[in-house]
Amino acid sequence: MVAAEYKREQILDWLSEVADPEIPVLTIMDLGIVREVDCSDGVTVSLTPTYSGCPATEAIEASVVAALEDRGVPDVRIRRVLSPPWTTDWISNEGREKLRIYGIAPPERRNRPIACPRCGSTSTARVSEFGSTACKASYKCLDCLEPFEYFKCL
Amino acid sequence: MTPDDALTRYATRLGDNALVLGQRMIELVAASPELEEELANANFSLDYFGQSRMFYTFAGEREGEGRDEDDFAFLRPEHEYRNLLLVEQPNGHFGDSTVRAVLFESFYVLLLDALTRCSDEGLAGIAARAIKEVRYHLKHSSQWLVRLGDGTEESHERVQESLDSLWSYTGEMFVADELDDIVRDAFEGPDLEAIARQWRHAVTAIVNASTLTLPDDGWMASGGKQGRHTEQFGYLLADLQNMQRAYPGVAW
Repeated sequence: MVAAEYKREQILDWLSEVADPEIPVLTIMDLGIVREVDCSDGVTVSLTPTYSGCPATEAIEASVVAALEDRGVPDVRIRRVLSPPWTTDWISNEGREKLRIYGIAPPERRNRPIACPRCGSTSTARVSEFGSTACKASYKCLDCLEPFEYFKCL
Repeated sequence: MTPDDALTRYATRLGDNALVLGQRMIELVAASPELEEELANANFSLDYFGQSRMFYTFAGEREGEGRDEDDFAFLRPEHEYRNLLLVEQPNGHFGDSTVRAVLFESFYVLLLDALTRCSDEGLAGIAARAIKEVRYHLKHSSQWLVRLGDGTEESHERVQESLDSLWSYTGEMFVADELDDIVRDAFEGPDLEAIARQWRHAVTAIVNASTLTLPDDGWMASGGKQGRHTEQFGYLLADLQNMQRAYPGVAW
């Protein structure tokens, strides 16, 4: 029996449909956690966890396997890559824009003002550096007065 | 002991510190003074549990006897745990937990920083992942120490008492044993003497900013790194391991 061969681009394309379970507007490709796809011997997908204790890590791995199996890819292997560690710099520009539309201010470079994702004002104040999940801080907009979440730089 | 054995045990010890502190912090869930604090605390515990899983998995794979992270966490008796006595100390009041966090985390960031430069890629990778989180934890605990120390007369007095009573658990962090020596020499691991100096510098700055007084170095407790624990540790383990002890092999 000849094993089916898959093209890396095809696999990446399918992976771009796998959503992050905690922020479902983002795909795992937007987040930048897919590190490598190796099709030389079956299909091995290398993923990197965002935070050590991220409860979504196992869920994401399971969805990757399920998404590829649905397309008929047998024996999908997942490899967890720790080094170099994930950073918010790996979130794609498209991903950052999706975050903003969703109502979460995307991570800003150091010393850049954080803009309200609803009205765009940069007159904002931090309510708490430690928000609803490890990756987010709580902010409020001083112009439109809406509270919002900011995806922290890591 | 071969260098490889030493590294495996060293990683297990790092996992023990993370697991035990994570367990102490998770005991505080639903008991925090405000909602933001509740979320921060729960998320930080999760980070520690995540780190312990990485260290245990690393140790289990290197050991090659088929032990996984759960075997390390749930099936070892008290004396096989080699965490520092500091992290197992009970939560006490909020000032006690805050001081425990500041004292340990200011040490842990320095240790992890040194480990990112060790010659074992696997361990360096875990350290690089973990340090990003622990820097946040330390920022958080330090902010609270300043708020409590430089707060009301009562908060100042109580958190000074916390600092005085937990101080005797800090000496152990810097007493190198065989594992520390082997990892330093064979894997370019952390130098505890250098870390002790950096730690004192960092802690002095936080304590000064909190208007608190650095305690004198008196008698220092030790034994955690050799598996001799304080009385409260057994209760923590009983709570942590109860399900696996009652229903061996139980899984989600």
